[in-house]
Amino acid sequence: MKKEWPLWEIFIRSKSGLNHKHVGSLHASDAEMALENARDLYTRRNEGVSIWVVESKHITASDPDDSDPLFEPARDKVYRHPTFYTVPDEISHM
Amino acid sequence: MTSLNFEAIFQSKIDDEVKIEPKDWMPDAYRKTLIRQISQHAHSEIVGMLPEGNWITRAPSLRRKLILLAKVQDEAGHGLYLYSAAETLGADRDDLVQQLLTGKAKYSSIFNYPTLNWADIGAIGWLVDGAAIMNQVMLTRTSYGPYARAMVRICKEESFHQRQGYELMMAMAFGSSEQKAMAQDALNRWWWPALMMFGPHDAESTHSDQAIKWKIKRKSNDELRQSFVDVTVPQAEYLGLTLPDPDLHWNEERGHYDFGKIDWDEFWKVVKGNGPCNRQRIQARIKAYEDGAWVREAAMAHAEKKEQRKLQPEAAVKAA
Repeated sequence: MKKEWPLWEIFIRSKSGLNHKHVGSLHASDAEMALENARDLYTRRNEGVSIWVVESKHITASDPDDSDPLFEPARDKVYRHPTFYTVPDEISHM
Repeated sequence: MTSLNFEAIFQSKIDDEVKIEPKDWMPDAYRKTLIRQISQHAHSEIVGMLPEGNWITRAPSLRRKLILLAKVQDEAGHGLYLYSAAETLGADRDDLVQQLLTGKAKYSSIFNYPTLNWADIGAIGWLVDGAAIMNQVMLTRTSYGPYARAMVRICKEESFHQRQGYELMMAMAFGSSEQKAMAQDALNRWWWPALMMFGPHDAESTHSDQAIKWKIKRKSNDELRQSFVDVTVPQAEYLGLTLPDPDLHWNEERGHYDFGKIDWDEFWKVVKGNGPCNRQRIQARIKAYEDGAWVREAAMAHAEKKEQRKLQPEAAVKAA
């Protein structure tokens, strides 16, 4: 049986100090090749200073169809936002 | 390359405002200092839930209860962001927790004071969170990437904490004379401990010089404390409350408020474990840790069982 190269998810840090962000995926036989391929595929124009590769099978994603109930608990909690509170205009630094 | 070269490269990155990331070379002392500071910061968030948690069941309205719950939840979240940042330096989560429970690690002394009346919740949001924000805004520019990024997220979330506190203080200070007296009482008790949150004077601070050279800290304890006093005095005036410091006055020449002498004996007494609530706070954490042990074990056992079922569905069914 033909064995296919596994899929890898690629995360790039675009600039020192920022988070790695997911940019896409690619196939590679192992982690080292995934890193090299990611460099060639996703950073041809200096898009990054650091790369993370994670085999796709290790990522557990939430179900988009479930996103309503999943995120519903935060929806009605307006008091978690600073704009919910009235602080007079005279008061600064708050 | 010698470690001297590594150190020179490291320092030049810091001087050039390039963030240090987990896989970069860093001096052992930088790593150790950060683990200590970040974990103490995390412990402070976690222990900081306790004084406010005291009032959740006694909040005077559903609105206030929801707000307080949301704030305490945020503090749990902030503790978790920070523990994770410490783990990027190779620290082990359980070790850090043990250091808190055994008293080896410190947390912010402010949380060893009791919350005696409802206005304390307002005073904490306004003053304690206000002082914390002063420090944390500085830390969004700290040299270690994961710590700086955790701070950005925390500062964004924290801004509601201070505003809800001030709003609560307004409700009390502009309320009945009894309410105003409660607000004044809370301010009297929290003002000085809030000023102590910035730590010892620069001349006595042991870690400061190196921390500034490494840009872990970017402002000194005294600078931060002065900024806090300067922004807070007008806020207290608006409330019609009196800051409990007869020496407090505007110094035209300096362009800052002068303020009275901090009682450092009290500060050190609380740091060394003899504040009003030190024992109570640690006992509460130990109880939470011990009472949660079976949940942590059960979750792991359940995960292992699920994994087994996936591997051999039939055997698992039979065994059950």
